[in-house]
Amino acid sequence: MKYQDEFRDRDIVQGLASRIRELVAGRREPMTFMEVCGTHTMSIYQYGLRTLLPPQVRLISGPGCPVCVTPNEYLDRAVALCRVPEVIVATFGDMVRVPGSTSSLLEERAKGADIRIVYSPLDAVALAAANPGKRVVFLGVGFETTAPAIGGSILAAKKQSLGNYFVLAAHKTMPQPMRVLSADPELKIDGYICPAHVSAITGPDAYRFLAEEFRIPCVITGFEPVDLMQGVEMLARQVVAGESRVETQYSRVVRPEGNRKAQAVIREVFTPCDAPWRGIGVIPGSGLRIVDAYAAFDAGKIIPVEVEETKEHAGCLCGEILKGKAAPADCPLFAGACTPESPVGACMVSSEGTCAAAYKYGQ
Amino acid sequence: MCLGVPMRVVSVGEDGVVAEIDGVRKDASLMLLDEEVKEGDFIIVHAGFAISKLDEEDARETLRLMREVFRPEDMA
Repeated sequence: MKYQDEFRDRDIVQGLASRIRELVAGRREPMTFMEVCGTHTMSIYQYGLRTLLPPQVRLISGPGCPVCVTPNEYLDRAVALCRVPEVIVATFGDMVRVPGSTSSLLEERAKGADIRIVYSPLDAVALAAANPGKRVVFLGVGFETTAPAIGGSILAAKKQSLGNYFVLAAHKTMPQPMRVLSADPELKIDGYICPAHVSAITGPDAYRFLAEEFRIPCVITGFEPVDLMQGVEMLARQVVAGESRVETQYSRVVRPEGNRKAQAVIREVFTPCDAPWRGIGVIPGSGLRIVDAYAAFDAGKIIPVEVEETKEHAGCLCGEILKGKAAPADCPLFAGACTPESPVGACMVSSEGTCAAAYKYGQ
Repeated sequence: MCLGVPMRVVSVGEDGVVAEIDGVRKDASLMLLDEEVKEGDFIIVHAGFAISKLDEEDARETLRLMREVFRPEDMA
């Protein structure tokens, strides 16, 4: 796919960088832009985009990695579930290595638990159909991009009249933590690089309150280096002009109305609930739970388990890193006690985590 | 996990499509897509579901405008 590569065009990236430098040349006050999508974090590190920006423009990473913001309590519950006889836990790959309070799914698998890594929740539905004597529990974490896929898997299981497919739901929605971070005087965020594929589902209006209530410019940006640099340029332009709007750089994918069909699936299967975020705490209305009409698919309701007492990992700064208040290098464990081979905190486990990106590509 | 991948549709079935990127073929459900797709279209595939169609014209236009603005000779 050639034109995707063209969004990595060096000349265009350099041109955007020099335009950003010109834009902010007269300013002493730095401007801080936060990205809240793990794939953006990866791209920023991978292409070394920070090194192209002038000192007046600072990029910080927020709570954009779905696995990272999932608290230990959820992992402990998943571990307890995989110890139940005849249960198969199906999950996206990056969940298996995240340490819970005293164990991880990978450790449980070594001890004999049946844990399957799947690419799509539909693979987990197929697994349930192929194993009628077992109960398949899919670990439903992620943001607005993943929620409709998992909602879709529940609808597919219902259509097939499967009684042995369940979801342990811990979905989260993005605008609410952005509200919390925007109100934090310690952070002083001047602009958001809004997530690309979350926005493909929600549409740009999801961020309008940030621009109107908090006066923070928002730009929905794609993942390629040209996309990100243009997104930063659009944000800097708004800051310099004293404006705050929601703009879409990634218009080749994000429609003004979002994806209505996916929105409808979320509404059908889920309803908002208060949800705990690692490092941030409980944010009202920031989670999605399965509605009562689909309670038969809710692992939390149908398969009760005793969950061990939650413990945090001593010295791990994941919480502060997810709020954008600490950089990976600020953590005493980074690249020493905590590496991708032997991670202590979630931010080092997932490939979308800030610490994993910083470790892989350097600062 | 949140990675959505742009893929080219190689065949369209009743509930889904087969899509390809870099020689890798995958099934993608159309359950979440509210746009019509046909063979040759680009779609964003996330966790086995097509979630958006890629507007290729829009992409090309963005690039064309950028190239016009950032001509190499202006960027010394």
